[in-house]
Amino acid sequence: MSDMTDTGGPVLAADGTPLKRSLARALRRQKMRALMLIAPLLLFILISFILPVADMLYRSVQNGIVTETLPRSVVALADWDANSGDLPSEAVFAAMAADLKDAAAAKTHTKVGTRLNYENPGISSLFRKTGRKAKKFDVENGGPWKEALIDINKGWGDPDNWRTIQTYSPPVTAGYFLNAVDMRVGPDGAESRPESEQIYMNLLKRTLWMSLTITVCCILLAYPVAWILANLPMRQANMLMILVLLPFWTSLLVRTSAWKILLQQQGVINDILVWIGLVDDSARLVIINNQFGTIVAMTHILLPFMILPMYSVMQTIPPTYLRAAKSLGATDWTAFWRVYFPQTIPGIGAGSILVFILAIGYYITPALVGGTKGTFISNQIAFHISSSLNWGLASALGAILLAVVLVLYWAYDKIVGIDNVKLG
Amino acid sequence: MAEAVSDDGFVVFDRVQKSYDGETLVVKDLNLSIAKGEFLTMLGPSGSGKTTCLMMLAGFETATHGDIRLGGQPINNIPPHKRGIGMVFQNYALFPHMTIAENLAFPLEVRKMGKSEREEKIKRALDMVEMGAFGGRRPSQLSGGQQQRIALARALVFEPELVLMDEPLGALDKQLREKMQFEITDLAHNLGITTVYVTHDQTEALTMSDNVAVFDDGRIQQLAPPDLLYEKPENSFVAQFIGENNTLEGIVTEITGDTCVVRLDDGEELDATPINVSKVGERTKVSIRPERVEYNKERLQEGAHTLKAEVLEFIYMGDIFRTRLRVAGNDEFIIKTRNAPDVERLQPGQQIEIGWLPQDCRALDA
Ligand SMILES: Nc1ncnc2c1ncn2[C@@H]1O[C@H](COP(=O)(O)OP(=O)(O)OP(=O)(O)O)[C@@H](O)[C@H]1O
Ligand SMILES: [Mg+2]
Repeated sequence: MSDMTDTGGPVLAADGTPLKRSLARALRRQKMRALMLIAPLLLFILISFILPVADMLYRSVQNGIVTETLPRSVVALADWDANSGDLPSEAVFAAMAADLKDAAAAKTHTKVGTRLNYENPGISSLFRKTGRKAKKFDVENGGPWKEALIDINKGWGDPDNWRTIQTYSPPVTAGYFLNAVDMRVGPDGAESRPESEQIYMNLLKRTLWMSLTITVCCILLAYPVAWILANLPMRQANMLMILVLLPFWTSLLVRTSAWKILLQQQGVINDILVWIGLVDDSARLVIINNQFGTIVAMTHILLPFMILPMYSVMQTIPPTYLRAAKSLGATDWTAFWRVYFPQTIPGIGAGSILVFILAIGYYITPALVGGTKGTFISNQIAFHISSSLNWGLASALGAILLAVVLVLYWAYDKIVGIDNVKLG
Repeated sequence: MAEAVSDDGFVVFDRVQKSYDGETLVVKDLNLSIAKGEFLTMLGPSGSGKTTCLMMLAGFETATHGDIRLGGQPINNIPPHKRGIGMVFQNYALFPHMTIAENLAFPLEVRKMGKSEREEKIKRALDMVEMGAFGGRRPSQLSGGQQQRIALARALVFEPELVLMDEPLGALDKQLREKMQFEITDLAHNLGITTVYVTHDQTEALTMSDNVAVFDDGRIQQLAPPDLLYEKPENSFVAQFIGENNTLEGIVTEITGDTCVVRLDDGEELDATPINVSKVGERTKVSIRPERVEYNKERLQEGAHTLKAEVLEFIYMGDIFRTRLRVAGNDEFIIKTRNAPDVERLQPGQQIEIGWLPQDCRALDA
């Protein structure tokens, strides 16, 4: 063997081709077959997961609408200095008039108004109102357009509006992302929004904080349950397991509504507390439609995702370890803490990642029991997708959420090690 | 059998009973005294209650009835971690998340021992099992035999006076097992530790122990040193369980002093030593070791009874010949002869006569 490799040169197969190449050829066929087997799944994931995510990421920076709708104005505005305090030249106004006429004919003027309104509230009415009259513009012979446009709407005389148009004319923008982190493009570049307009960062912080609280609650509640499950005889463990899985068989809405019934001010828990005398009838506890309600309901809903990985990890730990520790002189607590607990960390890690990532993107439960104080960032995303139709901002928020999850995942890998995660 | 237990043993089981379910007794009336420094093996078939006894001694199970004393003190109410008993588990139970050195440090840390003292003891324990270079590894990076040694070192590192081992060699191959058997007994004797060793491998029990307690049905069937156990089994269970054994059934027809005559079911008669039989007419199982059967007439005593036998099979095993015979209707009668130049090799179908010295043939309970 060794002298064969010592001679140098490639090792040849029986038919004279280099061994490496014939091996590669043999393996290629195997790989192709394996690829065929997973092709349907790959295709499915591509269509239903990778493409939508890519599309979302694209939407969060895409801004083609301004140049497409107002091509001439964008070119004409290019050399205008927004910080001069003067209005743009007559040529720019003429270009805008021509663009608006075309846009009004194509009925796209309101769209560009809506887009710019995200950045400069109020600007949409400027486009809407001007657009109504723009169809009758006589582009060749009319003018001067500066006076004509300002005459239709005073907004055209405000350099700020022109600045917005200029700033958001490139086909790619950071505006949605700036908005998502409570910033905007001001005269001197990016700046923080006024205190009263800051929502998203606080919401993100709240989402992270509440998800963390929910994860910790799940760990504390799930650990003893998983321990009991892992140490009971098989039959009783299976019975209990059904109880753990029972929530999966009930609709999420039903479970969340049940919490509403339990926790509301005229609800079961308040009734009992009043009846016992712990709480005065006039001072019933507010335990729903706030953060507390969200945490309680979501801990309940996500608990199985914590119990299952913990249980499957604990099941693999033979009880002899505890016995060995005790025979070596450890008290019950030392034996648990130094011998049993470290071996369950992979289960805790797997459960925590699962619960935290599920919680951070949760939507239905906070929407139903969160009130105003207990909603998550996902509720804002949903709002922008379905109500305000600001998909760009929704995408930017979604992308930030994705980035946060990836960063946390990376941090977890650095601290605990991802191969330390066991689902069974 | 249940003779009174002497009170001066280091470990004493006094009328101990154990039931898990309240219906059946897994351990019935266990009386056992183990002297300091003794190597005692509990041997018995699966389910005979060996592990249960060990667990009661270690404190992981409580005796339903009776006393267990350690160094004269009853330990029924002492929790396991205060008993100071070293234990080697069947699967070793080395903590997988700790290195070998950390595993060994564990019993010392919980005893709040200083760092330098700890390190010295760990080093000594590792050297003792010849694993000095492996302190930094994880248990999963060791072979079975190496893990076994570490388990042993961990059970000994805190210098317990009593060590319990539950089938510690069960997972090892034969060669390694024999090596470890030797090493364990050597260590135990050198350190003067009292050892209770559980196995269901009888060779292991015979080669390692000072005393062997044969368990069956929740009782000690016989407690004796290995040679007595093999040569002088006190009942047919022990005779059957330890070593290879030939059994013939019959009725006692005559008892004279320390010999008796047994008439087998097919009418033939043989000489035996009465052990568990007391009167004429009783049914008995006679037990003869295969190597004590003689078919060379010249070597038999004058006037001894002989039996007719037909050779069924001759197996050449190198150092010995193993021949299967049909004797008094029993097709599984085995004899073993040393491979010596003057020994005749029997042929299948050959008719021979066999006999033995009466003291080698024991009439036991039926
Ligand atoms: N935790 C338990 N609960 C109920 N019954 C048990 C328990 N542990 C052991 N038993 C029963 O007690 C009897 C003796 O068991 P034990 O483990 O002591 O046997 P053993 O002699 O160690 O056998 P082996 O050689 O197979 O290890 C068996 O019949 C077993 O089924
Ligand atoms: Mg056992």
